Amino acid sequence: MKAREAKHGTVKITAAPHVRTADSTTRIMWSVVLSLLPVVGASIWIFGPSALLVLVASIAGCLLTERLFGERGNSLADGSAMITGLLLGLCLPAGFPLWMAFLGGVFGIGFGKIVFGGLGQNIFNPALLGRAFLQAAFPVAITTWPVRSADWWALRGDNFALPFMSPGASDAITGATPLGNVKFGDDPVITPLFDLFLGNISGSLGETSALLILLGGIYLAIRGHLNWHIPVSILVSVFAFSGLFYLLGLSPFSPGFMLFSGGLMLGAWYMATDMVTSPVTNSGCWIFGVSIGLLVVIIRIWGGLPEGVMYAILLMNALVPFINRATQPRKFGSASDKSEPAAEKGS
Amino acid sequence: MVSRLLQTSGLPSFKNGVHPPENKDLTSAIPSRRLPFPAEIVLPLSQHIGRPAQALVKPGDRVERGDVIAEASGYISSFVHATAAGTVKSIEHWPHPAGAMQPSVRIEVDPHSTQLQRPRLVPHWDEVPEEQLSEEISKAGIVGLGGAAFPSHVKLRPPEDQPVDVLMVNGCECEPYLTSDHRTMLERPEHVHQGIRIVLRALGIRRAVIGIESNKPDAIEIMRDTAPGDLDISVQPLEVKYPQGAEKMLIKAVTGREVPSGKLPSAIGALVQNVATTASVALVFETGQPLIERIMTVSGRGIRQPGNWVIPFGTKLSDVIAACGGLNDDAAEIVFGGPMMGQSQASLDVPVLKATGGILVLSNDECKRQDILPCIRCGKCLEACPVFLNPQLMGALARVDRFEEMAENNLGDCMLCGCCSYVCPSNIPLSQLFAMSKIQLSRLQAA
Repeated sequence: MKAREAKHGTVKITAAPHVRTADSTTRIMWSVVLSLLPVVGASIWIFGPSALLVLVASIAGCLLTERLFGERGNSLADGSAMITGLLLGLCLPAGFPLWMAFLGGVFGIGFGKIVFGGLGQNIFNPALLGRAFLQAAFPVAITTWPVRSADWWALRGDNFALPFMSPGASDAITGATPLGNVKFGDDPVITPLFDLFLGNISGSLGETSALLILLGGIYLAIRGHLNWHIPVSILVSVFAFSGLFYLLGLSPFSPGFMLFSGGLMLGAWYMATDMVTSPVTNSGCWIFGVSIGLLVVIIRIWGGLPEGVMYAILLMNALVPFINRATQPRKFGSASDKSEPAAEKGS
Repeated sequence: MVSRLLQTSGLPSFKNGVHPPENKDLTSAIPSRRLPFPAEIVLPLSQHIGRPAQALVKPGDRVERGDVIAEASGYISSFVHATAAGTVKSIEHWPHPAGAMQPSVRIEVDPHSTQLQRPRLVPHWDEVPEEQLSEEISKAGIVGLGGAAFPSHVKLRPPEDQPVDVLMVNGCECEPYLTSDHRTMLERPEHVHQGIRIVLRALGIRRAVIGIESNKPDAIEIMRDTAPGDLDISVQPLEVKYPQGAEKMLIKAVTGREVPSGKLPSAIGALVQNVATTASVALVFETGQPLIERIMTVSGRGIRQPGNWVIPFGTKLSDVIAACGGLNDDAAEIVFGGPMMGQSQASLDVPVLKATGGILVLSNDECKRQDILPCIRCGKCLEACPVFLNPQLMGALARVDRFEEMAENNLGDCMLCGCCSYVCPSNIPLSQLFAMSKIQLSRLQAA
């Protein structure tokens, strides 16, 4: 079955079709990486060298694990481990100890992907699984959010903490995220929407600029490298449900605030759209997206955590096989017939 | 996704499908010319769906162009005629485009013959009783020239309980590169229409719709201009989309109705014939010429002189290539038919057949193969499949030999159009897997 590459002067005998689209899995993966570069740049601009260090550590964890345990020899080349590393790094705080970020990458690829059989076989988004592991293992470190510092070169936390040592007291200034602020703050402050949109807030690396994530996502949608049904249904669902609860007086969050705060943008455009862990049918994608949106709203308003995007997506990842089964395409020839023939119109 | 929205033309079509690069401008403006008669003709007894024909000649026999050399060996079978005058050399196994060796009649072509037909009495189409028309068509060896080569006389006798009320004439030619149907419509519109008239008479109906993809505006115009006024014949421009020319897709586009799974088009009162088929039907009643040659497109960036040629069946691939200036240095793959469903050829000795609408010589750049990666469940194949299958699921089942389960997922509806393989970013050979699974399944069911 493996295509034999013909050298000059040899004849190819292959099965039809003999032509293929230029799109390839490898190209899709690397274009996702490309579209994330502005977000990476913004996180470094906001959080300084710490952001770069955290990203490098999580990427290193992912690539190394893929290289050592990946089944196919060249599985690094397909770019999927790179995406996992990038996305994991982007949902960590800047002051996160590097060894933890590295460990998150190892867990995400190792237990999130390779134990299932590698690319295409995993049930959960590997980056989110890595983050869920870190959240469970290091709940304090992962919720220590640095704010913008006057000195760009200063580390935003104890990045170089040694494994299993309690992080030293850091002189970086930390602050609550906009979501945490509203939910748990003594003196709730609603962060202005415009700041949320541009990213002038505290939060994890990639949580900060909704604008750049939106641009990257739209680029991918235009190229056909992500299924736009998923982000659109998630965002519409979050807006609708949070608006409903806001109007009913059950929620302190306005729908606009809900859309642009926390990890929703990154989750909707980059995490939930992971092709491997999302439904294959468009109708399935609507069910998937709307459910994620509803879960996010419920967790944010009534849950014990300030943010719910990660668990909402992971939960729905687990249900994808069932969604796929429930949304099989209808059999051709089973539609109710239209009696009016279209033929006469054109001639 | 967005590009898909931009490509919607508003013309009638079907759901899903793909838009491979058309590459038709390589040959679409080149009028067909006659290929010189080769020194030898090889005519397989099986050039159609159904039982192979029964040979009527023996080595040493002299045959004229158009003589019957093999007769149909059953209802679903077809006649084979000598496509050039000469002497029968032998009847032996010879490489066949479908892959295996097949019994074939080898004829040494007489270099001094004028290659005219034996004069014969031609029945006037209007005087032949309606029910005998299909018999004349059968004797002329007419089969569907759209690619499947299904004997036409069988189609002309639909089941009693499923009367046909509309003839759909297929001028879509949705396969990239191919322009033979296009040239047939441009160069022989009166034959296409005359054939439609005869087929309508055989069916006892008056209505026909000619479906043509909108990338052939000149063909649409000429077919409209030459349509006879006394019959209900209309021309329907259709969206350019592969596989618009598949029977079920054409019917869906023109009537808005779906042929039920496992049923023939006659189940909804339709019958589909290719434009080249109707043109050859016309010849049978005009000059008595049976189906012995057709326009074929020779194209691709691996051939020196792409063009359209009238080629007698049985001409060997090597003779066709030689007449077209030979191969370019980067020629990599030779395909009979279009690039989406055509068959790769392993030998230059294979003869062209009735169903050979085109011969493609693809260069390395045109048929690049990439490594097969694991399925990432992107769902692009589901959006491509014109008969709404789930190729992603079926591909996974095929790889673990769960053929019965594939049948439950409507493997039978798959027409091997190749859309799923075409779009797959991981280059999984889905339609190849399905072709093999169909064979495995029929073996299981036979056992």
